[in-house]
Amino acid sequence: MINNYETVFIATPVLSETQMKEAVDKIKSIITKNKGEIVGEENWGLRKLAYPIQKKSTGFYYLIEFKSEGTLVEKLETDYKRDERIIRFMTVKMDKYAVEYSEKRRNKKVTEEPVKEE
Amino acid sequence: MSQNQSEIRYLTPPAVEIKKVKYCRFKKNRIKYIDYKDPEFLKKFLNDQGKILPRRVTGNSLKYQRKLATAIKRARHIALLPYVTDLLK
Repeated sequence: MINNYETVFIATPVLSETQMKEAVDKIKSIITKNKGEIVGEENWGLRKLAYPIQKKSTGFYYLIEFKSEGTLVEKLETDYKRDERIIRFMTVKMDKYAVEYSEKRRNKKVTEEPVKEE
Repeated sequence: MSQNQSEIRYLTPPAVEIKKVKYCRFKKNRIKYIDYKDPEFLKKFLNDQGKILPRRVTGNSLKYQRKLATAIKRARHIALLPYVTDLLK
C-alpha cells in the first residue's frame, strides 16, 4: 500500500558541503532504488539546534517527502543508523491533511520566490 | 438588622472577573494540520520553560490539543524546540 512519508534528518556540521551532498544523495538513492518516489525536498541548511546533540550545537537539516511502500521505511532507518554522518533522523507517515498542507506549502514557496527545487 | 447589612459599603468594589470566552484557535481558523516543522507557531503553546501549556489555559479542544502535543514532541526530537530551557521567549 503506497503511503506518503516525510523524513527529516540532521547531519553533523563538521562535514563539508560535498560530503553533505553525498549523504543526501545516498539517502535519495535508497528511496528511488526501492521503487519510492520523491515528491519534494527542502534543504534548510545549517541551523542552530535547540539543544546540543553529540556535543554539537548546529546541524545541516534536510527534508525529503516521498511516496513508497511501508517496507522501505525500515530499510531507510537502518541506513540512517549505520551512517555516522547523520546525527538525528525522523520519518513520519503523512495523513491527508499533512499531504494537503505540504502541497500548499510547496506551491506557496514557489510563488513567493522562485527557489529551485534541486 | 437587615437594614445595616444593606448599608455595608465595600472600600473597593468586589472585582467581578469578566469571563473571557476561550475558543479553540484551530477550530475557529479551520486549521486542519499542525505542522511540527515551524517552531515559531508552536512556541505560542509553550511556557517560558518550554513546557506544553494545558488546555484550560490555551482553550484548545481535546482533539487539537493532542495533535499539538505530538507536533511539539516531534519538534523537540529534531531539536527545533528545546526539551527544557529557562528563557524561551
